[in-house]
Amino acid sequence: MEHLALMPPSGAAFFGIPVWFLAVVIPVAAICIFVRTLALRLQPLMKAAPDVRTDRIFTRTWYMLKFAFGQYKQPRYWTAGVLHIAIFAGFIILSARSITLVFLGVTDGFYLPGLNPESFTGAAYNILKDMAATAVLIACAIAAVRRGIFKPERYNVPPKIGHDHTGEAVLILGMISGLMLADGFFEGSIAAAQAAQGITPHFLMPATVPWFASKLLSGVPLESLQTWHINAYMVHEVIFFTFLNVLPLGKHFHVITSIPNVWLAKLDKGTIKPVRYGLEREQLDELESLGVKKVTDFTWKHILDFYSCADCGRCSDQCPANAVKRPLSPRFISIKCRDKLFRIFPLKGEGEPNDELIGSVLSEDEIWSCTTCGACENECPIMIQYIDKIVDLRRGMVDAGNVPQSLQKPLSALEKRGNPYGKMEKKRAEWTKDIKDEAPVRVLDIAKGDTADTLYFVDSITSFDDQICSIAKAAARALSTAGEEVAVLGPAEKDSGHEVRRFGEEFLFMDLKDQNTEAIASSGAKKIITTDPHAFNCLKKDYENLPPVEHISTTLLRLVRQGRLHLNAADPEKVYTYHDPCYLGRHNDLYEDPRQLLDSIPGLKRVEMARSRDTSFCCGGGGLMLFYEPEEETRMGSIRVDMANKAGANVIVTACPFCKVNMEDAIKTSGLEGKMIAVDLAELVDAHVVRPEKKAEPQAA
Amino acid sequence: MEILVCVKRVPDTAENEIAVKADGTDIVRDDVVYSVNEWDNYAVEEAIQIRDNVGGTVTVVSVGDAESEEIIRREMAMGADTGVLLSDSAFEGSDGLGVATILKSFVDKGKYDLILTGALADDGAGQVGGMLAALLDLPYASVVNKIEVKGDKLLVGREIEGGNQEMNEISLPCVLSIQTGINEPRYVGIRGIRKVASLEIPCDGKDACGLDAGIIGAAGAKVKRLTYFVPELGEGAEMIEGSTEEQVEKVIEILKAKGGIK
Amino acid sequence: MAAQIFAYIAHKSGKLDDSALELTTAAKKIDADASITAVVFGDAATADAAAAKAANTYKAVWKVADSALAYPNAELIRPMLAKLLPEGAILLLPTDSFGMDLGPGLAVKRNAAYIADAIDFEGAKDGKLVAHRQEYAGQVYAKVEANLSGGAVITCRPGAFAADEAGGAGGAVEDKSADAGPVPAAKRKFIEVVEAEVGDVDITKSDVLVSIGRGIESQDNLEIAFDLAKAIGADVSCSRPIVDAKWLEKSRQVGTSGQTVKPKVYMALGISGAFQHLGGIKGNPFMLAINKNPKAPIFQVADVGVVGDILEIMPELTEKVTEMKG
Repeated sequence: MEHLALMPPSGAAFFGIPVWFLAVVIPVAAICIFVRTLALRLQPLMKAAPDVRTDRIFTRTWYMLKFAFGQYKQPRYWTAGVLHIAIFAGFIILSARSITLVFLGVTDGFYLPGLNPESFTGAAYNILKDMAATAVLIACAIAAVRRGIFKPERYNVPPKIGHDHTGEAVLILGMISGLMLADGFFEGSIAAAQAAQGITPHFLMPATVPWFASKLLSGVPLESLQTWHINAYMVHEVIFFTFLNVLPLGKHFHVITSIPNVWLAKLDKGTIKPVRYGLEREQLDELESLGVKKVTDFTWKHILDFYSCADCGRCSDQCPANAVKRPLSPRFISIKCRDKLFRIFPLKGEGEPNDELIGSVLSEDEIWSCTTCGACENECPIMIQYIDKIVDLRRGMVDAGNVPQSLQKPLSALEKRGNPYGKMEKKRAEWTKDIKDEAPVRVLDIAKGDTADTLYFVDSITSFDDQICSIAKAAARALSTAGEEVAVLGPAEKDSGHEVRRFGEEFLFMDLKDQNTEAIASSGAKKIITTDPHAFNCLKKDYENLPPVEHISTTLLRLVRQGRLHLNAADPEKVYTYHDPCYLGRHNDLYEDPRQLLDSIPGLKRVEMARSRDTSFCCGGGGLMLFYEPEEETRMGSIRVDMANKAGANVIVTACPFCKVNMEDAIKTSGLEGKMIAVDLAELVDAHVVRPEKKAEPQAA
Repeated sequence: MEILVCVKRVPDTAENEIAVKADGTDIVRDDVVYSVNEWDNYAVEEAIQIRDNVGGTVTVVSVGDAESEEIIRREMAMGADTGVLLSDSAFEGSDGLGVATILKSFVDKGKYDLILTGALADDGAGQVGGMLAALLDLPYASVVNKIEVKGDKLLVGREIEGGNQEMNEISLPCVLSIQTGINEPRYVGIRGIRKVASLEIPCDGKDACGLDAGIIGAAGAKVKRLTYFVPELGEGAEMIEGSTEEQVEKVIEILKAKGGIK
Repeated sequence: MAAQIFAYIAHKSGKLDDSALELTTAAKKIDADASITAVVFGDAATADAAAAKAANTYKAVWKVADSALAYPNAELIRPMLAKLLPEGAILLLPTDSFGMDLGPGLAVKRNAAYIADAIDFEGAKDGKLVAHRQEYAGQVYAKVEANLSGGAVITCRPGAFAADEAGGAGGAVEDKSADAGPVPAAKRKFIEVVEAEVGDVDITKSDVLVSIGRGIESQDNLEIAFDLAKAIGADVSCSRPIVDAKWLEKSRQVGTSGQTVKPKVYMALGISGAFQHLGGIKGNPFMLAINKNPKAPIFQVADVGVVGDILEIMPELTEKVTEMKG
């Protein structure tokens, strides 16, 4: 035990009150308040809808280690990410120190197990925590300057939503800095006192906060050092417990909730949550109300998401709807719902009524504006989900009959005809007639018991749209050339229902799913190929018990590698760029196959756009989104085409019929017609397939 | 307010390509999907909104075959309180007046302050509302695109030519035929329809309506449909060749003939 | 015995509606030998003015004048017509908001057959009249046969019958106000006409549309389309790219994501004919397409096509039409 240079807090007094007394009263009071706050914050979670989040614990634990403790997504935004990692790491390191300090107020010489300052680990920890504190202090200073002076646009809050959160952020940064400085002066005052008394001071890492503090305090009379020491202690004590109680009041709740939130994250990308966990399909009819209407209709995990949102704005920064100024910003879905929860379940006084969200907290257009592209979820450092919430809100609106007229027509056509255009079922395989000589496509007559090993699931737009069925024709031609038989369900195929489900009409989706599942089962197919990523995602994730589903890019790549398809050289004048369709890339991690397929065309020049792979920028949305008329300042496709142009490309290759529609439109409206084209990957490959030369037709006389 | 809405089940023109049978006796009904007449759907929505504002009930009635139950249910899923089907083989082949007569027999059995029909239906005649009003000796307004309740009167807007609106004050009870666009009908999802799937829809026949076969059905009709036909149409567009000047001349000639130049 | 046919003369403050001259053609199609009488309702001044003009085309004109008839309220006119018309008479009305208001109830009151929206007649024979009309939003046509024993009330589609421009009939105007009886007490009172906002064109109600697509090339060229529309009496609509470019307001967009239009004549100018665009055109209008690209899908659905540059053809059309109209 070293000689005591100063009276430790446990034996000292603060304004005449023994510190040990304060060190008992403050924590007890603070913890009581904190527990009460948490209990009140838990109320809505108890009232919320069920959720299933405790399966696959190893995956969950891995996620927690990788994304929460490992801060895996933070560096995607470099400055903010590095600052956050510094502060987070500092917090983890310093938590032991702060706890130690709290106990030091009661018993001198307290240390946590394994951190005896006399031991090597304890000494090493003390050096580490001083360095951590210094790093945190620097990070806080930079962060405060960044937030308070430079104010990145991402953090702006439109006046109609509320005040901006800079004040709150700076307050918290100030408190953290206060904690760091307090400990620095607590330690530094001892070192200064030791030096003053000629005792060998304990080692302080140079250039750390305590080291600076000790230098600042050198020459200060001993009595004053004692005051500095105790005051620093008390400042730490007060800030520490204030901080604890400030956390659950706003966005810094994430300090407490985000680690469990990551453990509880959604593990299956591209899927949609069931209407209500734990209910069988038949029981859904008995539900009084469907989907989310009030904020407590969300699942408890979704409410935890709201609490956990740190308002970092990365989701909205990535959101294409936000980029084109649609009335949607995912960040504010969280913030507005959280604030609504806080108002319904206030910490004091009467709460606000738990009324319907749409029309007050959220707007209809806001909720219909989402293309479910998944960019927001992909970016969120703490795995907050948006698509499931949007879909639940849409389910609520559909249940209330609150559906825009522009969507009612296609929905009614889907109900009656199995496609959103109201086209006759029997015309679903019309496109096959145009290519019957070059690439015979077998249209299965399911009623007559026709079967096929491999089934091409075409889906509605590719079946019916005169411009888009060229993708189906190209796919069929390429497959035929490689010697693959092409079979389709024809009239027995219905819309996959991918957007029907994501637009909240769950029951219509289930009808479509049943019809398709039955037809596919009757066809005896052992494999399904599709050219439409929406159909791909739907059959894979929304359907059950289907044979394996493959996107055409994977199929064609394999055929090329097997030497069953040979490709001609690419036009050297053209520069290609590949646009990742949301439902192929982000939702299914299929980034490589399409690129490798492109690269297998000899001599093809390919460039990447500024946003590609998992940061790909949505084209504007598919399926029912084509029918919806959002308020927007520009179109997503225009922004995307601009990115392609900037990347130096003159051909945008997509692998999705909706992307093609949107890109082609955008090329026209951006005045790039003649300078740029959009082409589907299947079409591009088909155009490059080496085919045996046809015998010259006898010339007509 | 007690509101009656007359609805009809029709082939959905948005989701069908209507073709004529070879013998012209009917349209090709295989593959045809049916729905509630679009105008009627607006009428039901309007009735529901009025009821929700001032109280009362909404009754939906349809003259048609047994299949018409489907659309009555749909309108009930929308929010109508009761639905009744008027169906009898003796009703088949009724003209507009016959349908109006059948509806009158139903109206006479109840007490309604407001009777709504759609302004038009699949046959494009727009006649039943006006005929029903005449049979009931009630005031009538057609192509109504706005209704405001003012005590025992209504302020109604009618859609007239040039996109203008003719405002009228009409006393209750009355009959109105409703134009599309008067409101935004709510969506009826599959779940809503399932909820009412097992509701019993009462069905009245000729006798329950107290009707004589003489004025209804094909026998009583003053107007009969003889055949359907489709005027000859060529394959694709007829292309106009020649110099720009010749093309312009020809275009003007054609536009004049087709009423494209006013 | 030849039919007694009456034509209801619609007018606006004494100015005849186009239908006034078309109904005489329709009447002659029903029965070439018929006696055709124009019926004019209005307040003293407007009824006089309209009757005088009608007498130019109709040999007989019946005039009913009363200050309460200044605005044509079908609820007032219906009982008066019911009383005025002789037994077995055939009354022709235009298919418009007034005809639809008046006709069905009048047929009931007169125990007459009602034919709505006739576009052609095969001629009355043996007390029966065969008319052509459209059903299913114009997708199919039907022949209907009306029993004329109690007379008939028929609305005729504007534009379906050629206007009789001959004039010089020198008809006699007869004041029938007394025969029509006093204007009845109205349970429906006309208040006012709320005019559509200027510039707020409802293309869903237009009979003729000059619809432009990307072939217009730039915003400055819009004027060319508006000039043409003005010359032929049409409204301007467009395809989505034009709205996206913010050259025209959203309310003018035809298509699945825009308005559904049901015109009689649709001029698709520089529109390629994407599925989404065509989805907004209903009622099987007569379609004229002009496009530079001979393979544009619009030519598959159009009735008449011209391969050419709309920027070249539109001004010429405008010029010729203006010339023609004098």
